Amino acid sequence: MSSVETVRRPRPKGGGAAGAQSLFWRVSWLRPLVLLTPPVGWFVVIYLAALVTLLITAFWTIDPFTTQIVQSWNLDNFRIIITDSTYWSIIGRTVGIATLVTATDAVLAFPFAYFMARVATRRVQTLLFAAVLLPLWASYLARVYAWILILNHSGVLNWSLQSIGLPPANIGYTNTAMWLVFSYIWLPFMIIPVYAALERVPESLMEASADLGARRWQTLRDVVLPLAAPGVVAGSIFTFSLTLGDYITPILVGGASSTFIGNVVYANVGIANNIPFAAALSMVPLGIMAVYLFIAYRLGAFEAL
Amino acid sequence: MTEAERAAQELSPKMGRMGAEDPSKVPPSAPQAEPPKQKKPALRIQGVRKSYGQVVAVAGVDLVVDEGEFFTLLGPSGSGKTTLLRLIAGFERPDVGRIELGGRDVTNLPPYARDTNTVFQDYALFPHMSVAQNIGYGLRIKGAPRQVRERRVQRALEMVRLGGLGHRRPNQLSGGQRQRVALARAVINEPEVLLLDEPLGALDLKLRQEMQIELKQIQKEVGITFVYVTHDQEEALTMSDRMAVMSNGQIEQIGPPVEVYEQPATEFVAGFIGISNVLLRDGVRFVIRPEKIRMLAAGEQAEPGMTVERGQVEEVIYIGVSTRYLVRLDRGEQLVAVRQNMDALGDAQKFEGRPVRLAWTPDQTYVLGQREVKEAR
Repeated sequence: MSSVETVRRPRPKGGGAAGAQSLFWRVSWLRPLVLLTPPVGWFVVIYLAALVTLLITAFWTIDPFTTQIVQSWNLDNFRIIITDSTYWSIIGRTVGIATLVTATDAVLAFPFAYFMARVATRRVQTLLFAAVLLPLWASYLARVYAWILILNHSGVLNWSLQSIGLPPANIGYTNTAMWLVFSYIWLPFMIIPVYAALERVPESLMEASADLGARRWQTLRDVVLPLAAPGVVAGSIFTFSLTLGDYITPILVGGASSTFIGNVVYANVGIANNIPFAAALSMVPLGIMAVYLFIAYRLGAFEAL
Repeated sequence: MTEAERAAQELSPKMGRMGAEDPSKVPPSAPQAEPPKQKKPALRIQGVRKSYGQVVAVAGVDLVVDEGEFFTLLGPSGSGKTTLLRLIAGFERPDVGRIELGGRDVTNLPPYARDTNTVFQDYALFPHMSVAQNIGYGLRIKGAPRQVRERRVQRALEMVRLGGLGHRRPNQLSGGQRQRVALARAVINEPEVLLLDEPLGALDLKLRQEMQIELKQIQKEVGITFVYVTHDQEEALTMSDRMAVMSNGQIEQIGPPVEVYEQPATEFVAGFIGISNVLLRDGVRFVIRPEKIRMLAAGEQAEPGMTVERGQVEEVIYIGVSTRYLVRLDRGEQLVAVRQNMDALGDAQKFEGRPVRLAWTPDQTYVLGQREVKEAR
């Protein structure tokens, strides 16, 4: 009774602020309008406009002599991408490595996130969080260069192998090196959503599973994994799309046959100055991501976000 | 016989099992046969203690629950009743003591190896499985063939009156329906002991009362031993065959509801269950329940043998079925007396502030501190 009285709100005592408050209260659509106008405006102007420009440019061509953009609608760029097997192998490599990196990160992240969410004490949990997030504060380039020092011919890896009498593993400047570096760099983006998903699984569900006779691995298979799956899918959206769009790591740690879609786009923007072709090619990862997101949506990944 | 009853009977584990499969059992015709009335204990707890750091949750409990019994652990929050239940289920390990299920020592067995099933307070239904998958999970783990599983899930669904809802997800059900799914998921495994952790706590009053009756019926039909945890004294009194009242990690009293209510062993039990008036007369502390006190009308003679005390009505509280009178005795204590509202029109209010005579028979009082807590029943 008395508690009800104490929580009673203080009455606005006139004045400008109170007037505005009551206006917001009376006009129900005013508040969302004020809140959403800046971000939605930003989104439309900066993001959507850029995408639309990209889409339009993809249907233009350049004059091969003057390298000026010719604003005539045609499908030449797409025809080249589809008919030239070089682009197919580049797209295949990009998607293949992105898939491999995503799978690797999922396998690495799950036990780590499980330990963080369900085993570690509060203190250890905080430490692990810091350990996961700290690398993100360091420059991307610095971290990739660090891997060059590890993987190149006279690097830490070969030196270590030789010192215990093993033959050198020459994986510097290969696709294997790219796979390793990508897996390392994007791992935090997998760990965090998987951790979030695992932390939300109530303890009582695991108890219920054990109570119904399930051993630990059966509980893992039937309860923990299905409930963590949306987190894995959410994390895979990050690892997959980040790898798909990257062009720096292939330059730094990749070899002669490590060209990614991003590298071709970069070459066409910076060197060939064929922006319409670059735009057309960058539609490819965009399309792949659209398909990927659609599948993720059907798997229910967004319900858990 | 209703659909639900038939389903429950077919589900019953004890009917087909008894004698037929158990070679250790002496045939009933043999002269050495045990008297049929002697039930074997489904659960035996000996000297179990459990503490978390400095906090003692269960401080030495001995308990025997018979097969087929509806046994309730009643106590306020923090009394250790839920911890005791979790110890039985195997979610916690006792610091010392021994837990037996059906005569087998399970103290060191993990939950999945124990023949118990639990109905959780939050139901703990698997959100990614359908209702039927939830109910059939225990059988699936045990490797029951699909056809057997489907048939038994169907029966279990009918038993809890959820036939036709097997394909739904738990989040598409109401609170009461989820509760039934949780019950079906546990009962279908035919455990030695079924553990229920305040299963009706989240339901509203009306539904709770319905479910109390239903739970009790299902328990009778399937014949499984129930250990039921609640803080609701009415629930405990309504449903239990026997109940244990817990406080500070210890059992204050074990007995059938009537005994616990009519003959509370300690002041705690007297105070926790129902309203109790504790009086001290001639060096004896005793309890008198409000409904046992007669308010004498002016000039009315007390029956022979009745104790009569004078007092003044301080407050009159109307509560629908009955009216509660707070009476200040001339000797100082405050008593609560209850009268059924027999007449349609309450004339109760006019008593406020008036002197009154209260009468009771000494038979209906219960002296405190004369009986030890009965050990292990």
